[in-house]
Amino acid sequence: MSEVLATLTSVSKVYRKGKEEVEVLHNLDIEIPKGDFIAIMGPSGSGKTTLLNLLGGLDRPTGGTVVVGDAELSSMSNSQLSHWRSTNIGFIFQFYNLLPVLTAQKNVELPLLLTDFGGGERAKRAGIALDIVGLGDRARHYPRELSGGQEQRVAIARAIVSDPALLLCDEPTGDLDRETADEILRLLQILNREHGKTIVMVTHDAQAAEYANRTLHCDKGTLEAREAV
Amino acid sequence: MKYFGLIWKNVWRKKIRTLLTMLSVVVAFLLFAALSAIGYAFKGGEDAADAERLIVLDKVTIINPLPQSYQNRIASTPGVHSVTFASWFGGFYQDPRNQFAQFPIDPYEYFAMYPEFKMPQEQLDAWAKNRQGAVIGREIAEQFGIEVGDRIPIQATIWTMMDGGRTWEFDIEGIFETEDPRGSSAFLLFQHDFFEEARAFGKGTVGWYIIRVAPDADPVQVANAVDIQFANSPNETETSTEAAFAQSFAKQFGNIAMIVTLILGAVFFTLLLVTGNTMSQSVRERIPELAVLKTLGFTDLSVLGIVLSEAILIMLFGGLIGLGIGWVLVQGAAAAGGAMLPGIYLSPQAIATAIGIMVLSGVVTGIFPALKAMRLSIIDALSRA
Repeated sequence: MSEVLATLTSVSKVYRKGKEEVEVLHNLDIEIPKGDFIAIMGPSGSGKTTLLNLLGGLDRPTGGTVVVGDAELSSMSNSQLSHWRSTNIGFIFQFYNLLPVLTAQKNVELPLLLTDFGGGERAKRAGIALDIVGLGDRARHYPRELSGGQEQRVAIARAIVSDPALLLCDEPTGDLDRETADEILRLLQILNREHGKTIVMVTHDAQAAEYANRTLHCDKGTLEAREAV
Repeated sequence: MKYFGLIWKNVWRKKIRTLLTMLSVVVAFLLFAALSAIGYAFKGGEDAADAERLIVLDKVTIINPLPQSYQNRIASTPGVHSVTFASWFGGFYQDPRNQFAQFPIDPYEYFAMYPEFKMPQEQLDAWAKNRQGAVIGREIAEQFGIEVGDRIPIQATIWTMMDGGRTWEFDIEGIFETEDPRGSSAFLLFQHDFFEEARAFGKGTVGWYIIRVAPDADPVQVANAVDIQFANSPNETETSTEAAFAQSFAKQFGNIAMIVTLILGAVFFTLLLVTGNTMSQSVRERIPELAVLKTLGFTDLSVLGIVLSEAILIMLFGGLIGLGIGWVLVQGAAAAGGAMLPGIYLSPQAIATAIGIMVLSGVVTGIFPALKAMRLSIIDALSRA
């Protein structure tokens, strides 16, 4: 775990609310080793999600640099960031954010539309991703026909289908009951341990954080490391 | 093309709303097809006109006949290749509702003047030998089930016979047709000699002359030369090109093109509002989904393209259905009522214009929602999820 996948150097993020400026992240330095599973905890408004957005190239820092793999995100255009995200990052959201008009299979295929794969290859890869999350038999189901846990599994399959190195999870179990949440977290653990995915997970749930290798606490724009119990 | 599945699914996200929107598109383009075809019928003669044919009319009014003696004088005018004549008969077949035009003419001269009308030579020869013979256009024959060999009565509304009767009987010797879709064959032709012999009045006159200009002659100069010849005579003439004649004839019914344009303008303006509203609603409802697409790596331009394609697809899908139904109706109308509105035709140009309008309307109705989708901030949009 010594190779570094992502480095944030002196990163700060300031939001403007009317005439007032709110500093969400303040001179943040963090290195994320390849293959790590990090949980980020902290109170609301502490900058957890902002940190995730910066790592995923969805937002730009006000100061400092964000480097993920070989890419220095701060210097990339919006279009370059889009292309970069499609192959390097998998996103998992609290509310799954599946497209209701598409089946599970087609939802998982979405990131592959941005590749040169033909329809057959896209279907094959989406099928494999659904098998990994244990939903191979639900491929033709629409999101409305799935439970919350199953929807989140489909979202995870969508996140891993293009084989990104980094998975960014924003409260992935925030909308699930305890038992289902544990299933999802065990799945993330498998993806980390057996498939080598580096995972950064924002959570309010201390039990969820226990599945990570280490936990970072975010408060007032700074991070403090705590080892997993 | 690989986004087509996604675009198609998005279009049908709210089935009822999309169906209603598409229905309005279908009706708009159905109307477009019908009105274009009707407009074409009024303009068809103008388009089918031969640039080398001139029409000689009485200068005062088309109703005044011209002396038959003019034919030789016109024929000897420099630049005139050939000349023939026709007259308006104005009768009906069996019932006043069965209206179609009838013209007494000279068979060989007339068919030489109008080579676009095709008829077997043996039918033309048989007709020329039968003074009471007539030929009819394919449209009329099919509409009324008339065949070669039939004897048909035509009730005159103007021309009484020498015996005071108004029923003129003709032996059908041939059926002609035109391959030019812009033209019409919805009329009956019969021999002027028979007409001249049998009519009670107006002898020695014809309705108008038709001139074919010599290949190296200037039609305008020929027209002037003809009119100068008859200046200051009791029957002064006005010679114009066939297109100008057809145009002035069509104008008797009012400015059809303007009426069609105004109706379609109102229809399409309403359509833009309806479809534009549908697209705006559709984008508003799925801002978080569009943000997810962007998060996954879809570029701003791809998102713009997807939303714009949805609007164009709705227009094309509904528009082509409407145009298809319109085409079927126009074909039906042409077959059933060709005599009433000869030349009704949905031209390739009208179809191309309709498709152009579909795409343009799609762009106009989709561009603002598409720009909104393109510009949306992922962070703000995801926070609404």
